Amino acid sequence: MNDDPGQQRWYDEDAGPLVRLYALTRGRARPRQEVFDLIALISAPPDPARYRNDPTLGPEHTAVLDLTARGARSVADLAADCDLPIGVTRVILSDLLEVGLIHVSRPLVPDRMPDERLLQEVLDGLRAL
Amino acid sequence: MDSARSDGQASSYVALKILVAGGFGVGKTTMVGAVSEIRPLRTEEPLSEAGRSVDDTASVNRKRTTTVALDYGRITIREGLALYLFGTPGQDRFWFLWDELAQGALGAVVLADTRRLEDSFAAVDYFEHRDIPFIVAVNSFDGARRYRCEEVEQALDLDPGTPVVLCDARERASGKEVLIAVVEHASRRHKERRAQRAQSG
Ligand SMILES: Nc1nc2c(ncn2[C@@H]2O[C@H](COP(=O)(O)OP(=O)(O)O)[C@@H](O)[C@H]2O)c(=O)[nH]1
Ligand SMILES: [Mg+2]
Repeated sequence: MNDDPGQQRWYDEDAGPLVRLYALTRGRARPRQEVFDLIALISAPPDPARYRNDPTLGPEHTAVLDLTARGARSVADLAADCDLPIGVTRVILSDLLEVGLIHVSRPLVPDRMPDERLLQEVLDGLRAL
Repeated sequence: MDSARSDGQASSYVALKILVAGGFGVGKTTMVGAVSEIRPLRTEEPLSEAGRSVDDTASVNRKRTTTVALDYGRITIREGLALYLFGTPGQDRFWFLWDELAQGALGAVVLADTRRLEDSFAAVDYFEHRDIPFIVAVNSFDGARRYRCEEVEQALDLDPGTPVVLCDARERASGKEVLIAVVEHASRRHKERRAQRAQSG
């Protein structure tokens, strides 16, 4: 096992919000349907009026929607921006998907990549960085 | 990235994942930070029975998990095309994470420190078994003897054709070269596989 304290962090540090989130997510350990790839793009209605006063949504749901309303972003970006662990982020996204407040765009994966021009584009892009 | 907003254009969003593996202190965070805007990302790690303390087993109904930090960086090539970097330790404890990250990954970088090459064995094995194209990037730490790439290749018992490059994880230019090397390698491997599939089918 790992003894280095820098290498792992216990939930206890931020037990407050996490316990609350756990209650919020009704103890569901994982999303019901969509798996939410870390690099899937999440977009939401740009109009906050559509969700702002929804009593079924918690502050974390609203925070996610506020971010996505400004532009589509990846599941990983949302988790980092909201400072939420990935699992909790997924549960929140699953709730939002269920009520139709977000849209998920799954990325194309390289095996099914239509042509090699994309990789060339990536290479050119990297060289230009 | 507005193109992904409407259903009709969803498939135009291409995201490529590159994994950065290697032992603790080998330079993963440094490298991801040098080439992209790095963000700390946390994920839940299920706590194994072995790691559970006596008090935990006594307390009923209390789910205990630890969080694991991973390095996450995004490089936007253009609208609708982004490169995502994920860095996390290549060690037994973290394979639960790798299994998810590795799905659909374009390729991987195994960072290696020549003073402790054995720390890279697990990651090399992992990517070889899953047939994920990877390269080995040897980080030149001060005071470490300079190894030739062939020596590293032998010491790690790499499959022929696995590129080994030297790098300095602190240098953006060097990190870029590493990424270019892994994308080129992955591109070659995907081409080979497509050709094989076309032949057999
Ligand atoms: N000399 C030298 N030091 C490095 C290099 N890469 C990383 N370091 C240093 O090694 C330490 C550990 O790096 P870090 O990126 O945190 O390792 P990680 O545990 O793999 O994320 C840091 O103090 C870095 O500044 C390198 O290429 N050369
Ligand atoms: Mg690190």
